[in-house]
Amino acid sequence: MSDALVHDRSQSGWERIRRNITHFLSLPGVGPTLALLIASIFFATQTDKFLTGRNLSLVVQQVIVVGTLAVGQTLVILTAGIDLSNGMVMALGSVIMTSLAVEFGVPPAIAIIIGLLITTAFGLLNGSLVALVKLPPFIVTLGTLNIAYAVTRIYRTTTISNLPPAITFLGNTFTVGETAITYGSVVMIVVYLVAWFVLRETSWGRHVYAVGDNPEATRLAGISTTRLLISVYGIAGFIYGIAGLLLVARTQVGDPQAGQTANLDSITAVVLGGTSLFGGRGSVLGTLIGALIVGVFRNGLQLMGIPSMYQVLVTGILVILAVSVDQLSHRGQA
Amino acid sequence: MSNPMPTPVLQARGLVKHFGHVVALDGADFELYPGEILAVIGDNGAGKSTLIKALSGALIPDEGTIYLNGTLVRFHNPLDARRMGIETVYQDLAVAPALNIMENIFLGREIRRSGVLGSLFRMLDKKQMMNDTVRYMADLKIGIQSMSQPVGTLSGGQRQGVAVARSAAFAKNVVIMDEPTAALGVKESRMVVELIRQVRERGLPVILISHNMPLVFELADRIHIQRLGRRVAVITPDEYSMADAVAIMTGAKEAEPQLAS
Repeated sequence: MSDALVHDRSQSGWERIRRNITHFLSLPGVGPTLALLIASIFFATQTDKFLTGRNLSLVVQQVIVVGTLAVGQTLVILTAGIDLSNGMVMALGSVIMTSLAVEFGVPPAIAIIIGLLITTAFGLLNGSLVALVKLPPFIVTLGTLNIAYAVTRIYRTTTISNLPPAITFLGNTFTVGETAITYGSVVMIVVYLVAWFVLRETSWGRHVYAVGDNPEATRLAGISTTRLLISVYGIAGFIYGIAGLLLVARTQVGDPQAGQTANLDSITAVVLGGTSLFGGRGSVLGTLIGALIVGVFRNGLQLMGIPSMYQVLVTGILVILAVSVDQLSHRGQA
Repeated sequence: MSNPMPTPVLQARGLVKHFGHVVALDGADFELYPGEILAVIGDNGAGKSTLIKALSGALIPDEGTIYLNGTLVRFHNPLDARRMGIETVYQDLAVAPALNIMENIFLGREIRRSGVLGSLFRMLDKKQMMNDTVRYMADLKIGIQSMSQPVGTLSGGQRQGVAVARSAAFAKNVVIMDEPTAALGVKESRMVVELIRQVRERGLPVILISHNMPLVFELADRIHIQRLGRRVAVITPDEYSMADAVAIMTGAKEAEPQLAS
């Protein structure tokens, strides 16, 4: 204790500032936010079209589906799990919703509820296999990824169009100033805010962190980790259903081929947002930043006329950087 | 040892537990008196951990009875025992390193806000929990600056301090410490010794399970020696040496009859 005090006094002002800056940078969410800001400033200097309300609204449009999926993915990854099935589960949900409404004359509201129930059921299935049968999440969700894909394709191979407006209402826009904003963007933001609140301010949320951090300690603290994990995967499944509804609203079709790379895209957003793949550390708002980083890079490089493969290349490099930071900071703390 | 003893806080009579053909407990008795530190020692396979698991609700004995403050109790799981004020500190530092001290102390026992914020929105009362945490840590004289720092940033001894503070805060009757220093270095172990004394100072009896004989002889008021599934002796550190204890533990020496009865 006294050593530290002596040390403190001998420190020069610069050193203290440097230490404060290091501390600030290590706070969760600061790194990703800085990366997003720097990327945005860079693209703003490269092209006039970037920093317009219209373009930024477009960026948000492009990230709402993956961004919403990534909320569920964040919950799962915080428990030290992973969900490979989310894109396929979302596609199944959106095909069910649209098919029921268009081909079976089910009222859109009921069709949406049935779609949400099915994606939630898939989540509960994932959670039960992970928590009760104690299978690794990677394998479980690899299995349900294939199951959801096969079920979707057995059910439908062609896209469903001519959707009733009641099922695509989230694609409608309202304007703020000159900028048109879709209701879907608002839904995504609300999903993020609710998840953020629940994770930070409720027991359930703190238990999600605890179980990812030290499942044994969580169990010994008298928490049913089985029930907790099933609820996490179940809620994630429900969120994938919302993502499915946003997908339908955005594309105006029910597409059995949709979402095939969405699982990896959502993991990318989570990792870029600073959530640890080891579980227990991270934040859902970081994930939003992560999703926006991907969106900003794709959009900015596109506006600069750079071929799309380079966008993928940059995303890959960013992911490896983000995971390296996680690995290094984890080693420092363990 | 003929002076009249008060009612034991925790008592067991004739505990039996079989695992297949293996007899882990073969009619074991046990008593813990108010305000004492009782060490439980025994060779591997003596039924030491089975006994402790039975007393903390982690397993259900096949036969025998357990009394808490003189009343017959049955624990079906660790939560039952916890609800009756029996808390356990585990050897492997059962804390969540990414969560802060306050969150670890209140893990699974969080306090919610009053009113609508708590009942409808399920919001936690972080302020209340923080105040309580500061008090619990101060009670045990654990000098840690900030209760909002992640437990992962603490030393092993400080982490064990968090675990002990949690148990002491919620234990109304008994604190069980299962090899509390096994994962710690010498200096850190000293810290835990002080913690255990602090817990006794607060009037809570402690059951200390340890292989560390010097630790046992330093701390314990009485020592329960377990052998072949039974209690073979209860000794005091003043009357017996460590060598005697080890001899009784391994069966090389018979226990004094008065205490084995």
